[in-house]
Amino acid sequence: MRNVWVICKRELSAYFSSPLAYVFIVIFLALAGSVTFYVGGFLEGGRADLQAFFNFHPWLYLFLIPALGMRLWAEERKSGTIEFLMTLPVRTSEAVGGKFLAAWLFAGIALVLTFPIWITVNYLGDPDNGLILAAYFGSWLMAGSFLAISACVSATTKNQVIAFVLSAAVCFMFLMSGLEMVQSFFRSWAPELFVRAVAQISFLTNFFDLTEGVIDTRAVVYFLSLIGVSLVINTAIVEMKKGQ
Amino acid sequence: MDTLVDIRGLTKYFGPVKAVEGVTFSVKRGEVLGFLGPNGAGKSTTMKMLAGYLTPTSGSATVCGYDITRQTIDVQRRLGYLPEGAPAYGDLTPLGLMRFAAGLRGITGAKRDKLIQTSVERLELQSVLQRPIETLSKGFKRRVSLAQSILHDPEVLILDEPTDGLDPNQKFQVRNLLQQMAKNKAIIISTHILEEVDAVCSRVIIIGDGKVMADAQPGQLETRSAYHNAVVMRMPTADAEKAEKVLSGMAYVVKVERIGQWNGTAQLRALSAGGADILSTVHQAVSKAGVTLQQIHVEHGRLDDVFRKLTSKSRNKEA
Ligand SMILES: Nc1ncnc2c1ncn2[C@@H]1O[C@H](COP(=O)(O)OP(=O)(O)OP(=O)(O)O)[C@@H](O)[C@H]1O
Ligand SMILES: [Mg+2]
Repeated sequence: MRNVWVICKRELSAYFSSPLAYVFIVIFLALAGSVTFYVGGFLEGGRADLQAFFNFHPWLYLFLIPALGMRLWAEERKSGTIEFLMTLPVRTSEAVGGKFLAAWLFAGIALVLTFPIWITVNYLGDPDNGLILAAYFGSWLMAGSFLAISACVSATTKNQVIAFVLSAAVCFMFLMSGLEMVQSFFRSWAPELFVRAVAQISFLTNFFDLTEGVIDTRAVVYFLSLIGVSLVINTAIVEMKKGQ
Repeated sequence: MDTLVDIRGLTKYFGPVKAVEGVTFSVKRGEVLGFLGPNGAGKSTTMKMLAGYLTPTSGSATVCGYDITRQTIDVQRRLGYLPEGAPAYGDLTPLGLMRFAAGLRGITGAKRDKLIQTSVERLELQSVLQRPIETLSKGFKRRVSLAQSILHDPEVLILDEPTDGLDPNQKFQVRNLLQQMAKNKAIIISTHILEEVDAVCSRVIIIGDGKVMADAQPGQLETRSAYHNAVVMRMPTADAEKAEKVLSGMAYVVKVERIGQWNGTAQLRALSAGGADILSTVHQAVSKAGVTLQQIHVEHGRLDDVFRKLTSKSRNKEA
């Protein structure tokens, strides 16, 4: 566990020592803010909630999170530092965990920095703050799932651009599987059970479960297991690809 | 003397490509082993397996008694490793890099600071401690990585081309450092600089094509050279032909070479058959023939010549 934390600290410092961190945070805040106010009709709706803000998160994450995750392993393999890292007395799983945790904490920081929007709704009306907190938590969990997938994909290549594009594509599939459009496509030929299974693995379905009600255990378990499975696969990929 | 590194039949294939095949040797405490071989011979691959980075296809090895595949972490705790090309995180400072490595080795607090200071002094890094590694020159980068590898005062050091890119002063410094540390460690260095072998190594292994071609002390290896016990002499050019005639008639001389001619003097080299000691016989014979010898000396033999002889078949394998 100590090693996970040592690696996590180093990775966080790597984010903040490059412009990536600041670009990411600025873009995230600007997009989250503008979409909430202009596209989501935050002010016209007359409702004091953050539904529009959270509805937009999955789409924001679709390209921002792969940008956060793409460097995790690809950069390490490209520059050869992976040999330095993996010949220190550290388990691959610890390195995988530490790197993931750093990126996840970073995403959390970006999310926390959207608090002015929360203050604004509280100023404008009387929102259900418990619900908002649950939605924030759900959003962070979803960000973790996007990240775990991106980290996994990053371990398969030395090229960060490829890592970015592939991660976005995989995340897109996980998102889309919950859309009505995709559902009806499957419904036309696949058994109902399969259609429901596809809907179940969707980030959208699970995320909206979390933003719409009290914390839904099933959705939490879903996101956490997705993260867990991705990290296990990530470890296997790093082990396998080490020598190449 | 106890054995700290023990390698048995280590073999590595990358798909169909054979990189290392049945390498067997052991290194004791107090030894500095020079690991030589042409490009692509398998030096780095062997070292990567010892450091627990690559998994051997077959064969086994132990470091300080721990198995490199089954007890990798135990091996890595006791090992200082400098990977080929000295990769390091460019955004970190040398201090940051050493603190990171110390952190993963479980070294903290005052002990950490003391070890870092020792390492910094040994490699003279004081002036660059606070600069990002990516802004350092090649030689400094190498020294930072070296400092990292000796940080925890490991029992076994595996250094892949440690002096590559260092200036002559720094090469000298690092070689001294290696000799100082050698007493209570087992050290393996790979190098393409043959003088380095004479300067620091107590033992040499030459590998070619993934296999061990020679395993000996540097002095022993040199005796295998065609130039071992060759006699070199200088004389007036006028006498050279006379000397050549006498020398080529001698039983123990396989070959006579004229290696230089300037300012009215010529230099000849008589190669000894089987490395036999021919100095006195050559001296007598040449003097008797009336040649005025201006200088005469014996060569020990040359490592580069032995190296070429042993590895010429496997040279330029990648081409
Ligand atoms: N990741 C890899 N994938 C495929 N082949 C590899 C890989 N790494 C090394 N090889 C091959 O293994 C052989 C040995 O390489 P290695 O790097 O060990 O040589 P070396 O002795 O260190 O050479 P050099 O003096 O150039 O550093 C070479 O033929 C090389 O092409
Ligand atoms: Mg090499």
